[in-house]
Amino acid sequence: MKSELYEQALLKGLAENNSKAIETIYKENFNTIQSFILNNNGTYDDARDVFQEAIITLYEKAQNSSFVLTSKINTYVYSICRRLWLKRLHQMGRYTGKIENIEETIAVEDDLEFHEKRNVEFAIMDSALNSLGEPCKSLLEGYYIKKMDMQELSKVFGYTNADNAKNQKYKCLMRLKKLFFTQYNIGE
Amino acid sequence: MEDIVLLQAIERYLDGTMQPAEKAYFEELRKNTPEIDQMVVEHNMFLHQIETYANTLNLKHTLNEIHSKLLSFGEINEGGEVSAKGKVVRMWNKYRKVTAIAACVGGAIALMISGLFAYLSPVNNNQIQQLKRDVEFVKRKQQDQGSKLNEVASKIPKGAVVTGGGSGFLIDGKGYIITNAHVLDGSSFANVINSNGVEFKAVIAFKDEHKDLAILKIEDADFKTIKTLPYSIKKSGADLGEEIFTLGYPRNDLTFNQGFLSTQSGFNGDSSSYQLQISANPGNSGGPVFNSKGEVIGILSTREKQAEGVAFAIKSKNIYKLVEQLKNTVSDTLFQHIKLPTASLVKGMNRKEQIKKMSDYIFLVQAFNKK
Repeated sequence: MKSELYEQALLKGLAENNSKAIETIYKENFNTIQSFILNNNGTYDDARDVFQEAIITLYEKAQNSSFVLTSKINTYVYSICRRLWLKRLHQMGRYTGKIENIEETIAVEDDLEFHEKRNVEFAIMDSALNSLGEPCKSLLEGYYIKKMDMQELSKVFGYTNADNAKNQKYKCLMRLKKLFFTQYNIGE
Repeated sequence: MEDIVLLQAIERYLDGTMQPAEKAYFEELRKNTPEIDQMVVEHNMFLHQIETYANTLNLKHTLNEIHSKLLSFGEINEGGEVSAKGKVVRMWNKYRKVTAIAACVGGAIALMISGLFAYLSPVNNNQIQQLKRDVEFVKRKQQDQGSKLNEVASKIPKGAVVTGGGSGFLIDGKGYIITNAHVLDGSSFANVINSNGVEFKAVIAFKDEHKDLAILKIEDADFKTIKTLPYSIKKSGADLGEEIFTLGYPRNDLTFNQGFLSTQSGFNGDSSSYQLQISANPGNSGGPVFNSKGEVIGILSTREKQAEGVAFAIKSKNIYKLVEQLKNTVSDTLFQHIKLPTASLVKGMNRKEQIKKMSDYIFLVQAFNKK
């Protein structure tokens, strides 16, 4: 039996994007989910998608400092995957009406709703970034995602000094912001 | 251009790199200019969005990396072609555990075969396994304890041959312990050890191989009568699906486990037992099965060999039957005073507290023969 402490440590690792913890969670849960998806009309790719989405949901949950997981990780992951897969089957019109339940499940509707919202925001940011054009896109990605500093960035992009790069970054940021909020507020 | 300066200022303000004087000025500005205040709020939210986006993107990246890594190690499998080397690695990874288990099982079976000769009672066929502790195991335990506690001599007489062991629990504070009869198989003496490692001498007061129940009585000056036991023994039946837990000695320390009541009857429809979904191990035999209120609903006795996590427990009402029967048929005063606990004192407590209260009354039973 897995101890609570062990699971808490794994979740903490997940929240910190620690690849070792994530690998452990992956190893301990993926095969169950894959066989569940395969047995219910899905493909290997579906299994991978659904499983990774569930881990992202768990990650979002784990990031909240006041978060306590009320069930075991595998129960939670299975519940999320089951729910996500049912929904997808339904959307694809492949819903067979019978889904075998191989494990106990818990209610995850609220978490999934939150995750949906995050997904939408992610998509908006993604499309905003992608419609920026170069070098704006790479510059912002370099700064905000790869967390490079201005000195490094100005070297990579060939700006004469960090100040110029910084100026350019702000211009790009303002464009991105505009793109993002236009989409975001439509969605509201 | 002005916008950029403002944005720069906001960003420095938000990431805390602003000088105190400038910060005070900026906060004043923020207070007096709602537009700027709005911009700060908006920008803060936007930065948060980018941050979340970046984190999720990084996580997705990590997940894909791990997926590929696990695929190449053969920990997960997507049905595609694998290279010959990958196949071997995968086979090894896949069967490594099975191989190890097979080796262990092989060893255990060798030990068990000799034991199997000894008893051929109805419960004992090759589909179910009694959860008695292996003799070797108990012997080793004795040695371990011997080395640890040199000053405390074991109460088992010198030269005695330990034949087996299991768990047991008090059904009356005066020192009456119930356990499985098969725990005592082939032995005429038994000692009990509580969760703190204190050993007491006991006598086998009664043994019914057919019901697979036995009663031990602690006969030791060190034992003090317990006024009230924290748990009760349930007279009526338990419900299907009820959450249950056990405490017992599959190892030398008191071990907790939990599961569900899965069927109202035992192996082959045996109506005197329940089927449980719980992982039980040799040494759990004779241990109590509690419901969430802290009532004993059964005595863990056997497990199914073919299926993982399937165990059987003798229903608690059999304890009442047994005690009643003893009072009526045996004139020995030994049994006349047994009073089974009927009220659980740990009803509303959480699991941890319940266990704390109960652990002192659950014993490791050691069966032995004098030479």
